[in-house]
Amino acid sequence: MIGLEHYLTLAAMLFVLSIAGIIVNRRNLILILMCIELMLLAVNFNFIAFSRYLGDETGQIFVFFILTVAAAEAAIGLAILVVLFRNKRSIAVQELNSLKG
Amino acid sequence: MYNYYLTIVLAPLAAAIIAGLAGKKIGRAGAHWVTIVGVGTACLLSMLVLKNLFWGGAEAENISVYTWAVTDGLRMEVGFLVDRLTALMMCVVTFVSLMVHIYTIGYMREDPGYQRFFSYISLFTFAMLMLVMSNNFLQLFFGWEAVGLVSYLLIGFWFKKETAIFANLKAFLVNRVGDFGFLLGIAGVVMFTGSLDYATVFGQAESIAGQNIEVLQGTPWNAMTVICILLFIGAMGKSAQAPLHVWLPDSMEGPTPISALIHAATMVTAGIFMVARMSPLFELSTTALGFVIVIGSITAFFMGLLGIIQNDIKRVVAYSTLSQLGYMTVALGASAYSAAIFHLMTHAFFKALLFLAAGSVIIAMHHEQDIRKMGGIKKYMPITYWTSLVGSLALIGFPGSSGFFSKDLLIEAVRDSHWQGQGAVYWIAYLSVLLGVFITALYTFRMFFLVFHGEERMDAKTKSHLHEPSAVVTVPLILLAIPSAIIGWFTVGPVLFGDYFGDAIFVSESKDIIGHMAHAWHGSLALLTHSVRTPVFWLATCGVIAAWFLYLKRPDIPEMIKTRLSGIYNVLDRKYYFDDLWIKGFAGGGRAIGQFLWKKGDQMIIDDILVNGTARTVVRLAGFVRQIQTGYLYTYAFAMIIGLTALLGWLIWLR
Amino acid sequence: MDFSQHLLSILIWLPIIGGAALIAIGDDSDSSSSRAGLMRIVALATSVVTLLFSIGLYVGFDNAATGMQFTEKMPWVDSLNVFYSLGVDGISAPLILLTTFITPLVVISSWDTIKNRSAQYFAAFLILEGLMVGVFSALDALLFYVFWESMLIPMFLIIGIWGGARRVYATLKFFLYTFLGSVLMLVAFIYLYGQTGSFDLFGFMGVPLTLGAQKYIFIAFLLAFAVKVPMWPVHTWLPDAHVEAPTGGSVILAAIMLKMGGYGFVRLSLPIVPDGSEYFSGMMIALSLIAVVYIGFVALMQKDMKKLIAYSSIAHMGFVTLGLFMLWSFDGGMGAGLGITGGLIQMISHGLISGAMFLCVGVLYDRMHSREISDYGGVANTMPVYAAFMVLFAMANAGLPGTSGFVGEFMVIIASFKANFWYAFLAAGTLILGAAYTLWMVKRVIYGEVANDNVAALKDLNSREFIVLAILAVSVLLVGLWPAPLVDMMNVTVEQLIEQVGRSKLWQAAL
Repeated sequence: MIGLEHYLTLAAMLFVLSIAGIIVNRRNLILILMCIELMLLAVNFNFIAFSRYLGDETGQIFVFFILTVAAAEAAIGLAILVVLFRNKRSIAVQELNSLKG
Repeated sequence: MYNYYLTIVLAPLAAAIIAGLAGKKIGRAGAHWVTIVGVGTACLLSMLVLKNLFWGGAEAENISVYTWAVTDGLRMEVGFLVDRLTALMMCVVTFVSLMVHIYTIGYMREDPGYQRFFSYISLFTFAMLMLVMSNNFLQLFFGWEAVGLVSYLLIGFWFKKETAIFANLKAFLVNRVGDFGFLLGIAGVVMFTGSLDYATVFGQAESIAGQNIEVLQGTPWNAMTVICILLFIGAMGKSAQAPLHVWLPDSMEGPTPISALIHAATMVTAGIFMVARMSPLFELSTTALGFVIVIGSITAFFMGLLGIIQNDIKRVVAYSTLSQLGYMTVALGASAYSAAIFHLMTHAFFKALLFLAAGSVIIAMHHEQDIRKMGGIKKYMPITYWTSLVGSLALIGFPGSSGFFSKDLLIEAVRDSHWQGQGAVYWIAYLSVLLGVFITALYTFRMFFLVFHGEERMDAKTKSHLHEPSAVVTVPLILLAIPSAIIGWFTVGPVLFGDYFGDAIFVSESKDIIGHMAHAWHGSLALLTHSVRTPVFWLATCGVIAAWFLYLKRPDIPEMIKTRLSGIYNVLDRKYYFDDLWIKGFAGGGRAIGQFLWKKGDQMIIDDILVNGTARTVVRLAGFVRQIQTGYLYTYAFAMIIGLTALLGWLIWLR
Repeated sequence: MDFSQHLLSILIWLPIIGGAALIAIGDDSDSSSSRAGLMRIVALATSVVTLLFSIGLYVGFDNAATGMQFTEKMPWVDSLNVFYSLGVDGISAPLILLTTFITPLVVISSWDTIKNRSAQYFAAFLILEGLMVGVFSALDALLFYVFWESMLIPMFLIIGIWGGARRVYATLKFFLYTFLGSVLMLVAFIYLYGQTGSFDLFGFMGVPLTLGAQKYIFIAFLLAFAVKVPMWPVHTWLPDAHVEAPTGGSVILAAIMLKMGGYGFVRLSLPIVPDGSEYFSGMMIALSLIAVVYIGFVALMQKDMKKLIAYSSIAHMGFVTLGLFMLWSFDGGMGAGLGITGGLIQMISHGLISGAMFLCVGVLYDRMHSREISDYGGVANTMPVYAAFMVLFAMANAGLPGTSGFVGEFMVIIASFKANFWYAFLAAGTLILGAAYTLWMVKRVIYGEVANDNVAALKDLNSREFIVLAILAVSVLLVGLWPAPLVDMMNVTVEQLIEQVGRSKLWQAAL
């Protein structure tokens, strides 16, 4: 029987995976964006799992919100990415260090 | 009388303002007329005041003009104290000033700063009158500094001359050293009496003398001694006593009329006047009087010596002024205040005369001042010659001249003053003034012979132009020669022995040397006949003969002495190295300290180490911290995760 | 409408509104346009009208009254118990008069010397004037603080925009120094607010405080005020700021802004923390004397005229702090009042003299664009009228009796002799040092042969410059010859202050 703990484990794995993706990845900004999406999905997983487990629909409604926000975020993120590429001719994370003190 | 006093003071001031501010409008003649009328008015009224006080039996007056400020119980006022001492000074100041005004018309005829000059000397008259007529220390200090200011302006009158503007700065600063002491002395007076008014302060003199002040921790000094010495330091600056005398010879860079007015007759005697005015204070401190007498003797003797080797006609007279001021100071120190003031008066006449005569020679010589380039001028300038002779005889104290009465009695007073005991101080003072007589005669007649007699050493062009200057120059000479010659005859009795000064000068019973001498006083004629039996007369005669022998008969001997005794000559030539002490020592030292404090203190320690050092430390710290700021997204993300984990961990396990 | 009810408000807000109007209607046009001419007239009119109103302050001021006059009070921030509370006494009224007197002169003196953004330049001065009057009249600590800090902004802009080559360094230094100090003052205010529940200055004065608390508050105040005065060793911003500031900025800075420090000590430090002030008085006297002597020597060696005058300002302000903090050196009798009055007079007199000196340098700078002493020599040959003024102000700077510079110094030296012989000895050193550095500069700049072709080409004062300098010369002489009106204004307040400072706050705090 697949119980709550399996869902949570899966979500945690996805979350850690996405964090690793953000930290380890040094070449492609798009990957970071995707990792953020993945992170949100991991959160969604938790929401749905708890919603089902507790019998409360609110969690599922939240998932819808997160999905829409994530979609908007991806759109804006990609738009920024395009502008960035236009300016810098690169989307490599290593080269984006204007914030360096 | 109040209106008289106000007019006496304000007439020269008004004239100075008119000539100064509207000089262009009123023109050259306007400038000299307005100032001469101003000073002339003051002179006439001063004489009237003197007449009222002396013959008219008027009482001394102490009037307040206006309140300068009152705070914390200290009244600071401007007012007049007119007694016989003041009246005498007023007459001397305004009379000499008037002569100098007239003389200036001739002397400065071609100068572009004509109006400015008249404005200055008129302003000087005002300041000097404020000084002598003051009834309180505040106004005294005002006059004191104001005459210093005008002296500064006048020494630097020809402001293009590098030596002149050096001399005027030097004069002002050296005077400021004196004023430094003077102001502290005034502060001391206020500390012990709570008042600036003469009358109040003198009334409490005994109580000051009974108190102590601890300048150095644990060593109480008598308050009166401290105050009097501080006040006298002021007098040392203004009356050019060693070692603050260095400014006076240099001040000869100014035009000759002011050398006569300011640096011989009036301003430099302000210190003498001040000490006489403060006699109720000085009388109560034997130590201070001892200090005064020693300083005076040193000045009288050593400055006279310098006069012998000077070649600039004005500098010879200047050193003689220093020496004569030393005489007056010695008299002050011997408690013979009235003798000092009497000598001040006669000196004012004959020294102004000598300076103006020197100026007359200088005009005729086309501004050549070196006596080695003169000689035999007698036949070209008879009036100048005879008036100079009168002045020179008065200066050396030739029997019958005004200088004779004042100097002879001054020396006698010093000789008879026993209150200091017969110790070193007494002998220093007495020998200085006695030997000074010989030296005075020597340098005076050295100059006189070199200028008026002997071979004519000037070049042909100058010689062809030699002639007596116009009447505006010669008339003041004659007018000054008259009192120089005869004023002693009929004033010596009343002024010195006739209790002329009354309450104006206070001498304590035990020190009253003049009062003591009065018993032996049998009139001017008796003194005259007595004089040939005193060493003073013979010393003066020796001096004249020596001058005649050395500089007319055998001019090779001085040259020989110069080479034989080159060591002593050098010391004299460098003026005992006092100039080096002041210029290199104090002025140079001050600049070095300034440079050190600025470069090391301000720029290095405060600005560089503390202020910019702090900034640099912050920058360095920031430089270290910014290493964490890589600019890479993943580093921030990683930091966030770590932070999040730590926070969560704390929330879950540690709370 | 009765103006006297709101006279102080008028004096604060009239120039500020005038300045705001100038900004609103001004443009960036150069100084020759007719628009710029209008700007100048508006600026002058505003400052002159303010001056006229301030005459009302002088006329209406009651010398005999104790306490504040011309008071105004209305709620400002109710929830924090903050009031818009104004008033003047014998300490602040002369300073306000000085402010309103100097500002029109500054406006006239910068009439056509500022070439770019002249409207904004004049606006900055007018706003600054209002804010400075605000500082001198605020009776509520928060209001005081607001004026105090906002004053920095126009000054910052004046130096930063119209300043010289190194203006950025100078403004930064000026701003950081003064700002750092005053932030701690705010902390002290907040602490006192916690103790009394309001920002009323009189509440602060009445509240009992332990010696420990007083020491901390004193140090907080000290940092704010010592920087402004400026006292040694936090003085190094001043020469830099002066050198870079335009002439008008230097004048206001020296003449009025430096007085803020002295005013702060009198208004806040002494009455609010009397025991703390007493505890530190020895140190304050030592710092003042260092300022007089040390800075006197430093001034001697300056090669830049403005720096020299800036250093001489520091030395002269040393007399102010010396006069104030000798208060405890007297065992009764005369002295304390003399010292404080002397210090206050010195503030006024220094305002006139240093302002005049900076204007004099400005006159030369406008013609030759150099402040170096060595670039000049023999100016008296080509500018005789100017030379006369310069010598007069130099003499005033050297403290010659008959000029205002003497009055304060005289009183302080007299008082200091009574306190301790050596205080007087060091303080009187200014007689020599002050004359030395000032007159040496005069000798090198004014006297001598014409030094070079530039000096030979100099034109004497124009009528505008003449008027400004003549007004200052008259006032310097007037205060010097008859300081009684000024002293009478202060006497009652000073007595009251001494009485107040004499009451220790400790025994109350111990209860």
